[in-house]
Amino acid sequence: MSNSSPALPKSNRFTKHKGAREWQERVIEFVLFLAGFSCVLTTFAIMEILVVESWHFFQTVSIVEFVTSKDWSPLFEPPGYGILPLISGTLTTTAVALSVAIPMGLIAAVYLSEFASGKLRETVKPILELLAAIPTVVYGYFALLLVIPILQWLYSFVGPTLSNIFPAIFPVEMSGFNMLGAGVVMGLMITPMISSISEDAMRAVPNMLREGSYATGATKLQTALQVVFPAAISGIFAAVILGISRAVGETMIVAIAAGLQPNFTFNPLDSAATMTAYIVQVSLGDLPHGTIQYQSIFAVGLTLVLITLVFNILGYFLSKRFREIY
Amino acid sequence: MVEELSLPKLNFPTTDLKAEVQDLDFYYGTSKALKNVNMSVPARKVTALIGPSGCGKTTLLRCFNRMHDLYPGNRYDGQIMLDGINILDRKVDPIEVRMRISMVFQRPNPFPKSIYDNVAYGLRVQGLTKRQAVDEKVEQALKSAALWSEVKDRLTESAYALSGGQQQRLCIARAIATDPDIVLFDEPTSALDPIATASIEDLVNELKQQVTILIVTHSMQQAARLSDYTAFMYLGELLEFNQTNVLFNQPAHKRTQDYVSGRFG
Repeated sequence: MSNSSPALPKSNRFTKHKGAREWQERVIEFVLFLAGFSCVLTTFAIMEILVVESWHFFQTVSIVEFVTSKDWSPLFEPPGYGILPLISGTLTTTAVALSVAIPMGLIAAVYLSEFASGKLRETVKPILELLAAIPTVVYGYFALLLVIPILQWLYSFVGPTLSNIFPAIFPVEMSGFNMLGAGVVMGLMITPMISSISEDAMRAVPNMLREGSYATGATKLQTALQVVFPAAISGIFAAVILGISRAVGETMIVAIAAGLQPNFTFNPLDSAATMTAYIVQVSLGDLPHGTIQYQSIFAVGLTLVLITLVFNILGYFLSKRFREIY
Repeated sequence: MVEELSLPKLNFPTTDLKAEVQDLDFYYGTSKALKNVNMSVPARKVTALIGPSGCGKTTLLRCFNRMHDLYPGNRYDGQIMLDGINILDRKVDPIEVRMRISMVFQRPNPFPKSIYDNVAYGLRVQGLTKRQAVDEKVEQALKSAALWSEVKDRLTESAYALSGGQQQRLCIARAIATDPDIVLFDEPTSALDPIATASIEDLVNELKQQVTILIVTHSMQQAARLSDYTAFMYLGELLEFNQTNVLFNQPAHKRTQDYVSGRFG
């Protein structure tokens, strides 16, 4: 007994906070989980409504008619339920928008990232991004009251001649509602987004690549186009895909300026309706629940979601593929 | 006595001078980074720039290809003479200078392109477009960079598929493909393992048969192994410049002595 070591003093300093701390961690984890899960839940809820209502819709209308007929007139007698006119309207306005937004956005991005001085960039970029904050309904009236009249005036010089040569394509006068005007303005709206994201991607290219290029005797333009641009290509793809999704889903501009007439046409000089424009047009009326017209909104919505989904998946694989190469 | 011996001009017989730095001052904005630097660059030799961090050796190197022009606020004062022309003159086009004086960087920086396109980049930028001529030059450069046998079957693959040492040799191939007068090396092995370092050093030794080499290095052993001439820099000044064996074995300056013997740095 005499050589037993003295007992260590008992202390609870390593144990007394353990329970409270673990409980606290668990609460925080649960709150974070809820925040993340609510997004997922919303997505599934939307998909559920779209699918269920569309299923009711397809009890009455055959899928074959829906995807092949070129007549969309659910509100008239006899009703037509072919979505092709709405798809053609969506694709045409999107194509017009992209043919404005991709060149303008990328040129602006190259300029801001590689040519503009730091001071100029810091001034211009926020102003450019402000364009994205303008409500789209304002863009819609901008298209209707300013851009389309200008386009009509420009067209009046060439219209009569062109309509003589290709009467099927070119009308004598440009309509006051058309996909060209709506698409151009939509392109202007998307341009800042494409330029801003592409510029971020190009600015993220390490400076040592630029220096490597300059050191071989390359000019600024050669460096920007042949080294920085390809190095940033996966971010630029992401910007373009986001732009496409935005254009496909854009509603107010096309509803106001493109004419709301479902025509099966890819001619931007025609007026037409897009899928989104149809949805907003019909949901403004007093449609009773459960009618076929009411359900048609959801069928169109589902188609729209599927189309943007395809673009997003495409974009995901494109940017992944190019990231692997470079 | 010591001061007399440390004249920065060459005081030894040399065959041939490639370039000459005369009374060079350099400013980053208002801070003076190089103070009255004078030195000669002998042709087809390896000249090393050594000195502690922040002494201005990389700054001096980047004067040779006017890299400082890329950033606003930098100013040169003095001359670097190449073929009788002061390449720091405002009237001289820095892009033309960079076509004649190429550079290999601290970390391998291949472009996001194929192996072939990386080497061809400088040639194309400088206006060589004939497919066959580019092919020949690319092959020649890759052979000189001791990389040809490793990559000849996969020239179209991405340069990023290569290892770090191979990437640095690719960058050397890119730098020599255009037959430059001088190749600048900015600590070319500091990001590489010892084996890759040895292969780059062998390469530098081979290359000096054809081209004048100026190399910045942190490693005194590397300077001693590789270079024919060495310049020791300290706080923006060139303290001593001599044949490498003389500078290492009989340094004229106390500070040079302390640095090469590892007493500070």
